[in-house]
Amino acid sequence: MLILECPYCGVKAEETELSPGYEAHLKRFGPGSSDDDFEAYMFARKNPKGVHFERWRHSYGCGKWFLAARCTATLEVFGTYPAQSSEPPADLVAKIKAKRPDWKGFK
Amino acid sequence: MKRYSVFAIAREAFRDHTGWERAWRNPTPKAQYDAIIVGAGGHGLATAYYLGKNFGITNVAIIEKGWLGGGNTGRNTTIIRSNYLQDPSAAIYEKARSLYETLSQDLNYNVMFSPRGLLMLAQTHHEVRGYLRTVHANNLQGVATEWIEPNRVKELVPIINIDGPRYPVLGALFQARGGTARHDAVAWGYARACSAMGMDVIQQCEVKGVRSENGQVTGVETTKGFIGCKKLGIVVAGHSGQVADMAGFRLPVEAVALQALVSEPIKPCMDVVVMANTVHGYMSQSDKGEMVIGGGTDGFNNFTQRGSFHHIEETLRALVETFPMISRLKMLRQWGGIVDMTGDRSPIISKTPLGNCFINCGWGTGGFKAIPGSGWAMAELMAKGEPGALAADFNMWRFREGQFIDESVAAGVAH
Repeated sequence: MLILECPYCGVKAEETELSPGYEAHLKRFGPGSSDDDFEAYMFARKNPKGVHFERWRHSYGCGKWFLAARCTATLEVFGTYPAQSSEPPADLVAKIKAKRPDWKGFK
Repeated sequence: MKRYSVFAIAREAFRDHTGWERAWRNPTPKAQYDAIIVGAGGHGLATAYYLGKNFGITNVAIIEKGWLGGGNTGRNTTIIRSNYLQDPSAAIYEKARSLYETLSQDLNYNVMFSPRGLLMLAQTHHEVRGYLRTVHANNLQGVATEWIEPNRVKELVPIINIDGPRYPVLGALFQARGGTARHDAVAWGYARACSAMGMDVIQQCEVKGVRSENGQVTGVETTKGFIGCKKLGIVVAGHSGQVADMAGFRLPVEAVALQALVSEPIKPCMDVVVMANTVHGYMSQSDKGEMVIGGGTDGFNNFTQRGSFHHIEETLRALVETFPMISRLKMLRQWGGIVDMTGDRSPIISKTPLGNCFINCGWGTGGFKAIPGSGWAMAELMAKGEPGALAADFNMWRFREGQFIDESVAAGVAH
């Protein structure tokens, strides 16, 4: 059972309380962007086997969107943070690096 | 290869079954092949088989990191059907279904194809309209399907409850020629036929890198050393993104878990396949008597071949309403597979940015039914270097052009 702590209300919510929203930190491209950028924004996902940053919604709790760092190969959860973040917080990145020395980083 | 036949059984009966040979060889890799297929699941083995059978290319290796047929080929619910809405889908799935009809004779291996008929229940008025549309589309495509009323559903499936309180059965899309096959036997049959043509099925050999020069693949780095090739086919389902990454390009796929389960064996009670897409559960009875049950995918990226328990609960809750008699059935086994989902829920059979590298992936939750057609189309693509009529629309650049083969809209769910 996947358990994520909602960074807003502090509830340790299990999966049935949450709705998944797939990859986080997507850079949006709209009208006027190049075909490559638009295609990448729409369809190309990192889909890593390992450390992944995702959007989740505490849909049967406070209802807010938040972000989570998770390992897709082991289902380990590294931490959660507010959706108003353009990239993962430094302490979370340091924690992941300590646990996964081979991880190539967020970028 | 010694052919299996009634005479072979009789002959072996008289000599204590000492004359059966191994179904396929277990070779060490050669330094160079004309073509390498990465992935010895159903699709990879079928690709190799039709490369040999249709195009005479037999200097082929099929490389597998685990054991053959040990991925999604051995984890699905074995359903075969071709009642798709979009023309390119109907064409390739119908090709596959028609190849399944004679596959046992073709491979000289009993894949236990059972065209027992397949129902897709309509449980909302929206679904009724959708399936009527699909029936009309199938008639134009030459795929034999029909719309049947609830009383006919009850005749075909006596154990069904057509007056469910939440989701009554309002009719069904019926494909009489749909059914099931023995999934492991499909992989084993293709492997045996490939091995008999002189191809090398190399198991326990993981690809670690793809070597290329001037935009052409020269070979693959594996746990058994470097193996050179003139053409490379990547057919690895859930790990397509990872192997594509080694080859230096990105795919529009995401890997998620899909689960299935089987019950304890019971006496024969249902001789058709029933799918219910609104509640997202499907069920058939295996030859052993187990009820084989599948549902929807999990909602997050996952490579662990384990899924979330609440998805099983949702699937069973829905099926118990439709089939009240299964409420006290014990479930024996439950498992998960990693499926590669594309944006339009249709597969990719495509050239890649590397000239002699080809990819077959994105079958998502419905790859088993497509195995022979997929292999047929992929073999044509690899042999000629250009896609034939079956594969052309499934190129990976359709996302850039907006030319989707949108089965997710057609069905409301991935399938």
